[in-house]
Amino acid sequence: MTAWLYHLNALVLGLFILTAIAMVVVRQIGACLQIFVMQSLLLSASAFLLGGAPWSWHLFALGCVTIASKAVLIPWILRSLVPAQVYARRELSQSVGVPAALLSAFALLLVGYAVGMPLNAAAHSLSPGNVSLGIAGLLIALLQLAVRREAVPQILAILGMENGAFLVGIAIAPNFPLIAELAIAFDVPLLAFIVAILARAVYRETGSTEAGSLAALRELA
Amino acid sequence: MAEAAALNLWQLAFILGLSPLFAGILQKCKELVASKRGPGIFQPYRDLRKLFAKDAVTPESSTWIFRFTPYVVFVIPLVVTLLIPVLTDFPLFFAFVGDMLAAGFILAASGFFFTLAAIDGGNPYGPMGASRTRMVGFLVEPVIIIVLFTVSFIADSTIPYIVQQHWVHPLSNFFTASHVLLLIAFFMVLLAETGRIPVDNPSGHFELAMIDESKALEFSGPALALLKWGGYMKFAVLAIIFLNVLTTPWGLASTGTIPAMLLATALVFLKVLALVLLIVVVESSFAKLRLFRITDFVGAAFAVAVTAMVTELLGL
Repeated sequence: MTAWLYHLNALVLGLFILTAIAMVVVRQIGACLQIFVMQSLLLSASAFLLGGAPWSWHLFALGCVTIASKAVLIPWILRSLVPAQVYARRELSQSVGVPAALLSAFALLLVGYAVGMPLNAAAHSLSPGNVSLGIAGLLIALLQLAVRREAVPQILAILGMENGAFLVGIAIAPNFPLIAELAIAFDVPLLAFIVAILARAVYRETGSTEAGSLAALRELA
Repeated sequence: MAEAAALNLWQLAFILGLSPLFAGILQKCKELVASKRGPGIFQPYRDLRKLFAKDAVTPESSTWIFRFTPYVVFVIPLVVTLLIPVLTDFPLFFAFVGDMLAAGFILAASGFFFTLAAIDGGNPYGPMGASRTRMVGFLVEPVIIIVLFTVSFIADSTIPYIVQQHWVHPLSNFFTASHVLLLIAFFMVLLAETGRIPVDNPSGHFELAMIDESKALEFSGPALALLKWGGYMKFAVLAIIFLNVLTTPWGLASTGTIPAMLLATALVFLKVLALVLLIVVVESSFAKLRLFRITDFVGAAFAVAVTAMVTELLGL
């Protein structure tokens, strides 16, 4: 039974890291959001699997909270506050080309592997991969933050970093106090809410949500 | 001895005889999905018979490569057939002559000759398609190599018969993360290598957009028939590697008796049929990518393959 959970968790981790890479390179903003939802579901799946073998209701609660906040609430906030035209667009002006971004993501994957291996000794017995791949996911999301220029993929990058951190967290501290989880679960939708309002306002003014072009000053007409 | 030879011949006959049928079924299903009637599933056989009865025309400027290539393209999938477990799960004569890497290189030789012949034919669209095929080929190659290396990490071998046994005993090997990710990567490679839709449109005949098809523009008569048949067999061989070695290593004959072989033939046929239906779904639901987006598709396959390798190295 444990072997099955182990293999299944490994598969979930592999798919998790794939979603992290996909969020860096996918062009449609709507698709980016969908991939983020998938990633959050995979995170909660990993929490459920780790919570199953040495029974830990904290991890189950974490999984449920993750689904509620990141797979339901945040997408809903972002969908309803940011205009639909933003999601239909393709982002063509990434600061790094897709192949270069992909190769950087691989490099970060290897960095995560190298950094995570020594930490694995401290991790939960069931999940030697959570630490390495969680750190890799965090670094790749950081790359996404640097590569993407639109507001929505950038906020998704921040949330993706948080997902990576949680992936490490559920392996290191299976009995993480629930109050911290709940605090984060309330914190993150609030972040999404604020950024979405901001993006909506910026879109009204300038007709785009490219955060990259906010760096230069512009005279108001 | 005689039995092993007979089994080998049986496998060759399976690939040789049924590969056009797979192409026909794929075409028919695609037409059905598009609410068209389409040609019957035996149309590839009729095409081949018609082409074999015709005279061949060769361009004046062409060299021996042009005349030699159809035979190479026809024979090479058959050579690969000898290396892989088509119907039996016990090794036959040539099982240890070459591994999966060798099979890849042997198939690459046929692609090499086809490329040369396309340029040799003198048709302006030939070199265009040839260079595009080379582009797809060299993008796909690192993915294949990473996939095979990961396979060798997992199964400690790249001999297809040994790899296949590794997934079967014990069964939990089959569900490892790296294996599942490998399957995804290999499936994407399969689509790219056989000129299927996200990469190339096999039914499109607009010269400027053609990749695979335009290489055969100058061929006619029996030469074209051999090239087509070789193409069908290449698809069948890659499908067999995908199914029997990596995805579903079950349903093969474990003894050389005639009932067991008949059963294995039927089961492998059904497996290929299922793969064909999967490809129909993919081809009918995706659009062909623009030429410079192919790198993205193959890059995604590469990402999957690298992730498979990393999860394997992590010891997951």
